[in-house]
Amino acid sequence: MTTFQKKLWVGLLILTLLTPLGILLPEKFGAEEAWGEWGIEKLEKLLGYIPEGLKKWSDFWRAPIPDYNFGGEEASMTVQVISYLISGLLGVGICALAVFLISKLIAKNGQ
Amino acid sequence: MHIPDGYLSPQTYIPLYGISVSFWAMAQRKLKAQLSIKHIPYLAMAAAFCFVIMMFNIPIPGGTTGHAVGAAIIAILLGPWTAVLAVSVVLILQALLFGDGGITAIGANCFNMAVVMPFVSYGIFKWVRGKSKRGPRVALSGFLSGYLGLVVAALVTAIEFGIQPLIAVGTDGRPLYAPYPLSVAVPAMLLEHLFPFGLIEGLITMLLLKYFLKYEPDLVYGLST
Repeated sequence: MTTFQKKLWVGLLILTLLTPLGILLPEKFGAEEAWGEWGIEKLEKLLGYIPEGLKKWSDFWRAPIPDYNFGGEEASMTVQVISYLISGLLGVGICALAVFLISKLIAKNGQ
Repeated sequence: MHIPDGYLSPQTYIPLYGISVSFWAMAQRKLKAQLSIKHIPYLAMAAAFCFVIMMFNIPIPGGTTGHAVGAAIIAILLGPWTAVLAVSVVLILQALLFGDGGITAIGANCFNMAVVMPFVSYGIFKWVRGKSKRGPRVALSGFLSGYLGLVVAALVTAIEFGIQPLIAVGTDGRPLYAPYPLSVAVPAMLLEHLFPFGLIEGLITMLLLKYFLKYEPDLVYGLST
């Protein structure tokens, strides 16, 4: 790895360590989810009903770490922050590795 | 902007899957021809960067949040086809592992953020910078690339949402999936991305571009053609 690339990785690591801002800032300002990303309970409050298709499909997939949170709906902020950090590190690592392997495959086929 | 499961009808998400798969296949072919071993670490970092930047949820007045995507700077530095690959990997991981974005919506989310955004951003970058290699014109093209790329991606997302009440209605007359029409979805998504999320994306793109131009100008793909 070149010195420049090492610098970039350090920058990425610093960014990853700062990711809890991504849940702390919304919490501090009382903001909720992004437009269009409402859960069915929230949508029912907004609309007065739950669209049938949404009702059927919203639970389609049980993600291992739903919403980057190991602790579930009632988790404390501390648990959420730690979960978010670990999720950040996991995500950075897995994405980098996956793209690295895919690129190696593509480059090999190209030779 | 990660569309969850249940917001898009099959008549929307299936074609979008088809389009995304075509772009993935095309990206594999294009990258096979263009990829050099020395680029691979940068590709890996691009995906990592994209993942991490999307974790920074920014609260805005009105109580919603949003985030930058990073697809513009990846397209400028490594080309739009690299961005297709990198951003798609991130989106698929986000959906599978973290439930951020639906599984049925992977095609749609990849279309919006891993296809539309990279190509729009890249096109705007090339168009605005013209023949300039550095200086304020390049900085501006970096900014506009990020800004308009994200705005257009948001618009496409809003259209996917907003047509659902038109094309997927139950026997009781109520929408089956996303319930808000275009007249609600488009202004909602457009306004918050015109200000402030697009500005943030534009700024990130411009600043990173300046950084790379300063320290590693040979890498910058967008400038080599």
